[in-house]
Formats: sequence, C-alpha cells, structure tokens
Amino acid sequence: MQYQAEVTIELKAGMLDPEGTTIKRALEHLGYGTDSVRTAKKYTITLQAKNIDAARVNVEEMCQKLIANPIIHNYEIFLRELE
Amino acid sequence: MSIAIVQFGGSNCDLDVLHVLRDVVGVDAELVWYKEEDLDRFDGIVIPGGFSYGDYLRAGAIAARTPIMNSVRKQVEAGKPVIGICNGFQVLTESGLLDGALTTNNYPKFRCEPTYLRVETTETPFTTGFKKGEVLNVPIAHMEGNFYADEPTLARLEQNDQVTFRYVDEKGRVTDEANPNGSQENIAGIVSTQKNVLGMMPHPERASEDILGSADGLKIFKSMAEYISGR
Repeated sequence: MQYQAEVTIELKAGMLDPEGTTIKRALEHLGYGTDSVRTAKKYTITLQAKNIDAARVNVEEMCQKLIANPIIHNYEIFLRELE
Repeated sequence: MSIAIVQFGGSNCDLDVLHVLRDVVGVDAELVWYKEEDLDRFDGIVIPGGFSYGDYLRAGAIAARTPIMNSVRKQVEAGKPVIGICNGFQVLTESGLLDGALTTNNYPKFRCEPTYLRVETTETPFTTGFKKGEVLNVPIAHMEGNFYADEPTLARLEQNDQVTFRYVDEKGRVTDEANPNGSQENIAGIVSTQKNVLGMMPHPERASEDILGSADGLKIFKSMAEYISGR
C-alpha cells in the first residue's frame, strides 16, 4: 500500500524561535497583534508499507534518525492511505 | 604525522585549514573527500566550516549521517583528536559526537565579525598551549551558532570541565553584549567527555597569522599537533 505522511517538526516549547519572534514583530507593524508566532517545518513523504502501522513505525524512525533533532524538536506525524 | 581535513559538498573553509596546518603549523595534512571510508592512516581530523549540503534540513544534519562519519567515530574511539569548526561543530553535535545542538542565532542573522573568546580549560589536546583565562581574538561567521543543551547536559559540561571557550568582552568578562548568538552560558566551544573532540563556532583558521589581524587561533592547531606528537 502507498501511504502519505505529513511530518511537522517544531522547536520544543520554551525554546527560542527567533524567526517566529521576527514574524510576530512584522505582523505588529501591519497592525496585527498576536500572542505568539511559532514556526514549524512540514515534510510530505510518500512511502510503501504493508499497513498503516508499519508505515508509522517507519516514519517514526525517520524522524528519530534524521528529520528531527530530538534535543530541540518535537514532531507530529499525520498518516493517510493514498488511493 | 598526518591530519585529515574532511570535505563535504559545500565545505568552504577546507583550504584555509589546509594552508594553516601545512604552511603555518608545518605538519602534513590532506583533504579527504567524504566518500573515503578509511581514516586509519591519519593521526587527527579537522571537519572544516562551510555549508555542507546547503544547510538543508538543519545545518550539519545531512553530513552527520554520511558514511565517513562512522570512520570519524572510529578514530574518536581510538583517542585521536578531532576538531569541528563552525559547520564542523554543527556536524559533530548532529552526529552525537558532541553534546547539545546549534540553533538559529537569537537575532536571526548571519553574523560575520571578530569575537573575543576566553580559554576555559587547558586540559584538552587543543588548548595546552594557552593559559587558563587567556582572551583570544577569533572571528565568527554563522547563523546557527546558538548553543543549546538541556539543563542536566549543561551542568555535566560545566562539571566535567568540557566548556572550552566562552564568548567574552575584550577584558575577558562574560556579558550578554559579548554573546553574538544567544548561546547558553556564552558557550563558544566544548569538548567531548573524553576531551579528544573539540567543537567551536569561531574560526581559528581565520586567525592564525598576524597578516589576518590575529594569530590567536594558531595555538589551537599547534596544541593539537603537539598532542599528536606526544601520543
């Protein structure tokens, strides 16, 4: 089966996000007040796997080994089966 | 004695390091393309600065997972000295050979300027030529140099005397103004638990000859060479 994983990587809560802070300031210049702006990166991965659980295990490993840096990041995986 | 300088696609301080090692320190050094698998013939390794793999994913992340890093790990385990400079430091943290992570500067801008560093320990293969507390003038050039480690790791680094260089002002004082990137505790460089791996964001190869305005970085390479001679 083919699956699509959407992986969102973000800095752990409490970690400085200078890009987010800069965007927050720029929004203020435009008149938009916000409580906070945090940035994240999204990766879309398509892969073959026996079932959705196997796909999840696989993508988890990818996140642990490369896509995220566990010291500074949290990640979230959204998986769906492709037609 | 021969020192390997590892080249990845996007390394760009490799030739500067080669020049300093060969022409200024006067030791044998060789550029080694990242596809090389055997580093046994070398006595030490430098991972130079640059933008390996275009800083894709995260600075140093892709280079850290290339096969040559398994060879680097093997040499580290054999006790050989390894220096990672700038992007090389990022590669070493990403590969787990050094603690912590280097994140985006607190003011998210590429900063290329002179900094002052204080030598925090002389008990490493790279700092034997210095006096403890000595202040060096060595430039930085990076956007992801903000050193981060969780509290227990940070405490362990301090306790084991692994913090090697700190950003300071001209008089050697640790201040917020002297910290160019927001690094915790003004950390500019650390060594591994075994002390034979050094990672530092500033570029000692750009401060190894008087004609460049500072030769303060030279002793790092000289100390490394002396350490190798003494092994």
